[in-house]
Amino acid sequence: MGHYQNLFKTLNRTALIPFFVIGDPDEDTSFELVKTAIDSGADVLELGIPFSDPVADGPTIQKADIRAMKAGMTPAKALAFIKRISDYKPLPIGLLVYYNLIYQYGVQAFLTDFKVAGGTSVLVADLSIDDADEIAPAAEAAGLETVFMVTPNMSDQRIRKVAERTSGFIYTVSLLGTTGERTGLSDMVKPLIRRLKELTERPICVGFGISTAEHAKAVAQAGADGVIIGSRIVKFIEGNLNDTAEMKKQVGTYIQQVSKEIARL
Amino acid sequence: MKHKGRFGNFGGFYVPEVLIPALEDIETGFDKYRNDRRFVEELDDLYRNYAGRPTPLYHARRFSEHVGFEVYIKREDLLHGGAHKVNNALGQGLLAKYMGKKKLIAETGAGQHGLATSMIGALFGMETKIFMGSVDVARQNVNVHKMKLCGAEVISVSGGTCTLKDAINDALRYWTSHIDDTFYLFGTAGGPHPFPTIVRHFQTPIGTEARQQCLDQIGRLPDKVVACVGGGSNAIGIFSGFIDDADVELIGVEGGGKGTETHEHCATLVKGSVGVLHGAQTYVLQDENGQIHETECISAGLDYPGVGPEHAYLKDSGRAVYTAVTDEQVLDVFELFTRSEGILPALESSHALAYLVKQKGKLPKDAIVVVNLSGRGDKDVSIVEQHRPML
Ligand SMILES: Cc1ncc(COP(=O)(O)O)c(C=O)c1O
Repeated sequence: MGHYQNLFKTLNRTALIPFFVIGDPDEDTSFELVKTAIDSGADVLELGIPFSDPVADGPTIQKADIRAMKAGMTPAKALAFIKRISDYKPLPIGLLVYYNLIYQYGVQAFLTDFKVAGGTSVLVADLSIDDADEIAPAAEAAGLETVFMVTPNMSDQRIRKVAERTSGFIYTVSLLGTTGERTGLSDMVKPLIRRLKELTERPICVGFGISTAEHAKAVAQAGADGVIIGSRIVKFIEGNLNDTAEMKKQVGTYIQQVSKEIARL
Repeated sequence: MKHKGRFGNFGGFYVPEVLIPALEDIETGFDKYRNDRRFVEELDDLYRNYAGRPTPLYHARRFSEHVGFEVYIKREDLLHGGAHKVNNALGQGLLAKYMGKKKLIAETGAGQHGLATSMIGALFGMETKIFMGSVDVARQNVNVHKMKLCGAEVISVSGGTCTLKDAINDALRYWTSHIDDTFYLFGTAGGPHPFPTIVRHFQTPIGTEARQQCLDQIGRLPDKVVACVGGGSNAIGIFSGFIDDADVELIGVEGGGKGTETHEHCATLVKGSVGVLHGAQTYVLQDENGQIHETECISAGLDYPGVGPEHAYLKDSGRAVYTAVTDEQVLDVFELFTRSEGILPALESSHALAYLVKQKGKLPKDAIVVVNLSGRGDKDVSIVEQHRPML
C-alpha cells in the first residue's frame, strides 16, 4: 500500500495539507513557517518550487513565487530545504512543480534527489494525464508516488485514466480556474467527489480555493481524504511581510483552527 | 487529445489538466471545419473582401540598388489592420463562430494581434477581451485606442515583465475559468497544440501567394525568403510556401536588442536552449535553473522569450536558418527603407529588412530575395521619433 493510503487509513479523518512556496518570503522565514505548520497540526505538506511563469496559479501564489525567487530560491536549494524539513519531522511531502524546472535539472536526477531529501510524491502542474509518461516512470524509478489532477470538466473516461496512473492521491481541483482564495466553496466540488468515489478507490485530496475552516469541513464531510489549503495561508505571509512573528502566529492559529474543525467530524 | 502536436521533438501541450478540454474542443473544431466547403468559401471571401488578399509582391527597386541584389516585398502591411495578424484572426474567429463560441480572448504584444482580434470580434459581434502587458500598453498606445474603438476590453497585465509573455500567462489563466463560452484566439504559431498547427494553417496564404507571384512576375523561385520571428507566425506563413523547394533558403530574423552578447535581446533561436514555456517544448531564453529570462527589444511584437515549436524543428533540421539584428540596425533600416520606397515598415518587419542590409556585397547582383513585410510602421512612428528625433 502507498504512503498516503496508509496514512489516510490510520488517520481515520480528513488530512490537513497546507501548501507553501519554498523560500517565501525568504529561506529562513519559510523554514520557520513550515515548522509552525507542522507543529500546529499539518498531516501532510504540499510544497512548491517558485517558477517565473506559473500559469496554474492566481495572483497570491504568483507573488509568493516572485518573493521567493528574489530571495534566491532555486530548485537545488529547494531540495536542501526539503531535507531540512524532513529532518525536523518526517511528514509525507508532496511536491508541486512546473515542468521546465525539472526538465532543466534532468527529470530522473531531480526526482531521485527529491526522494533522497525525504520527498513522497510529485505533481507537475503543467503536465496533463496525456503526458503521464514524461513523469510516472521516472517517479516510480525514484521510489516516489505520482499525483495527477482531476478537474470538474473531465470526462469519466479521463478520470479513469488518472486513477490508473496515480499511485499517491488524486489532486481534486475544486473549480475551473487557478489557485487563489475564494469566498464561497465551489458548487462543483461535492458532485466531483461523488463522481470520483464511484470511479476509483484512490485517495482524494481537494484543493484550489479552499479558504476557510467551513470550506475544509464541507470538503471533509463530502468524503475527501485530504484538504489542501494554499493561497489562504500564503496570504498571511503577504499580509505581514515586515513582521515575521505575526506571520508565524497567524499561520499557526489558522492551521490549528482548521485542524480542530475537521477533527471534530 | 487526438494528435500529439509534435514537430520532431518539439511542441506538445504542456498545460494544466483543466485546459485540456478547451484545447481538445478547438482541435476537434479545426479538424471538422478546416476543409469544410462552406467554411473555406466564407473564409476565402473574408480574406479577399474584408482583409484585402491577395497582397501584392512588390519589386523594391531603389532598396535593391542600395543592397546590391533584387529585393521583392510581400506586402502584408497592406492588409486591413496593417499586419498579417488579420489572416489568423479571421481564420480562428470564423472557427470560433462555427463552433458556437460567443466570446474571444487574445494576448497581444505590439497590439497588432489584439487589434486584429478586436476587429474580428466587432465583425462577428463577439465580446472581446485583450490581454496586454502594461509596458506594451504604454508603448503601443495608438493600437490600444483602436482596440477600444472596436469595442474590445483591454486588460493591462502587470505581472512579471509586463510584456507579451505575461499577457499570455494571464490570458491562459483567464481561460481556465471561462472555457465554456470563450475561444482563446492565440496570436502566433506557438503555445500548446493545436495552436501552432492552426495558426500556421491560417497564415499559409502568404507563402502560397508569394510562391506563385515569384513564378508569374520573375519567372523563377527566389534564392532566399526572409521573415522576422517573434513567435513565428508571419515567418511560418511565408516559409510554408517554399519549404519543399530545397534550393530556396529560409531565413528567420530575431530581435537582437542591444546585442546578442548582452542579456537585453529576444533572440530565442539564436541564443536560447530547449525548454518548456506556454505549453510547448521549444527553444526558450532561460537561466540554468529553467527560470524564464526577461527580454528586451525595440519591437514589442518580437519581445518574447519563446518561439513556435515548428521553428525549433526547422532550426535543428537545418531547413531554416535563424539570425538576429540589433535595435540600432533596425532603426537604420527603418529610415533607409522609408526614404527609398515611401513605405513605413513595422519595426518587427524591419528586422527582416536589416538582415538584407547586412548581406550587402555578399550576394550576386541577380540574386532574388523575398522579404515578408509583415506589417506597416505607422504604430511605431513615435518610438522611432524617440530614438531618432527629427531636428
Ligand atoms: C507586424 C508584425 N510582424 C511580426 C510580428 C511577430 O509575430 P510573429 O512572429 O508571430 O509573426 C508582430 C507581432 O505583433 C507584428 O505585429
